[in-house]
Amino acid sequence: MPKSLEHSATSWKGQQLKHKPSLIDQLDPRLRVVTAALFAFFIVLSDQLSVLIIGLITAFALAILARLNLKRTLRRVIAMDLFIVGLLIMLPFTTPGTELFSIMGLSASQEGLLHAIMIGLKANASVLCLLSLIGTMNATLLGHTLAHLKVPDKLVHLLLFTVRYLDVIGQEFKRMRRAMQARAFVMGTNWHTWRSVGYLIGMLLVRSLERSERIMAAMKCRGFKGRFYLLDQMTLTRLDYQAAAVAALWFALLAGLSI
Amino acid sequence: MHIVDGALSGEVLAIGAALAVAGVGLGLKKMDYDHLPQVGVLSAAFFVASYIHLPLGFSSVHLILNGLIGLALGWAAFPALLVALILQAVFFGFGGFLVLGVNTLNIALPAVIMFYLCRKGITSPVPRNAMIWGFIGGAGAVALTTLFVAAALALSGEAFWLAAKLTLIAHIPVMLVEGFVTGAAVLLLRKVKPEFLQLSEDWFEQTPVSDSASRSVSAPDTVSKEARHG
Repeated sequence: MPKSLEHSATSWKGQQLKHKPSLIDQLDPRLRVVTAALFAFFIVLSDQLSVLIIGLITAFALAILARLNLKRTLRRVIAMDLFIVGLLIMLPFTTPGTELFSIMGLSASQEGLLHAIMIGLKANASVLCLLSLIGTMNATLLGHTLAHLKVPDKLVHLLLFTVRYLDVIGQEFKRMRRAMQARAFVMGTNWHTWRSVGYLIGMLLVRSLERSERIMAAMKCRGFKGRFYLLDQMTLTRLDYQAAAVAALWFALLAGLSI
Repeated sequence: MHIVDGALSGEVLAIGAALAVAGVGLGLKKMDYDHLPQVGVLSAAFFVASYIHLPLGFSSVHLILNGLIGLALGWAAFPALLVALILQAVFFGFGGFLVLGVNTLNIALPAVIMFYLCRKGITSPVPRNAMIWGFIGGAGAVALTTLFVAAALALSGEAFWLAAKLTLIAHIPVMLVEGFVTGAAVLLLRKVKPEFLQLSEDWFEQTPVSDSASRSVSAPDTVSKEARHG
């Protein structure tokens, strides 16, 4: 996989979001999470090609509606596709069935090709929908939404803490890496590199943990009783009901096509 | 290591999700609120690890670190990894929604298994033995994860057998690198901050053999801690 694609993870900028305000942002977050979940169910469990194609088109439409950063989104989707492309190329040759064509004595079957196409459609539709409906929220909002959806309290707290530390650990890592580079450390395939990186990770964890302990102590000092309070009262507006109705109709259509 | 939505059969997805829910439930039960920051830190570390690339010959591999997370957290590795996977799926499009259960199980269960397998080994008074157990923890967790991924694929249809086998072979170098790195990290952690690996702070004194060099490393640490609390 090309390095430029693999490194797409580094573009995490804490809780900053780089997309313009859109219609999707105005919808109730709970509605967005539930819709994305239902969408995944319908798409993944369906075996109809027509349903999958409609699903992928819908997901694209959602991505445009959410005004996702096109370049970044495409990079992520392509990175995922490269990940599964090997699997998909193999499938036609390993599935028995009617022969479609053959290369070097290996015959590709129609069933296998269809299966591979379906997996590709499902994976892309599901990821695009996730990115446009939930990926546009900031991570704290996602945590609060999950709490409103009755996800266990501890898990939500853990999510909020993790989001907080992502930034801290990422920065700490970059700093320590730069310090190593300043001391002329170059990575290679050798024991010295592995030991140094092991120490780097160990030290990264120690520093981050001690920092987290200080944060915890400071929070307790200010009366933190082990839980965050959810200040945002989420209420469904007229727009939400309209969106929910559209989504319900859409799911009914998909269900109708599946039968 | 992330399986995408759509590749696995319904039964595999359902079983994976059920087992993951059980694991997360158990993990949450064993984790108290005071422990949250540590679990959060490791969860974030797993996330960050995916962009630490190490060169390997002409190619490069990225770390997974589930072995180290398992050694540090035990059952709490389940919720920690679930949270990291949720964030990766939602914000970066790694994996998908319905496979979240299977992916969590594939990465977290090996971590828990390594916790029980290597917990005693990493407290060995001989640093070299501890490093070897750390290696086993790191390499073993990746090996098991790869096996689980291959099994999930293979159980979803015979057509995936070849892909499953290739996944296994392709990850052997990753196992080795992960093993070396985890071994070194364990060596550092047990000296600098033993409580990270759920060892008591004075575990060194309880063991019959104690070398003065390691003691002098841990001694200033305890002093500074007392000073800070005071």
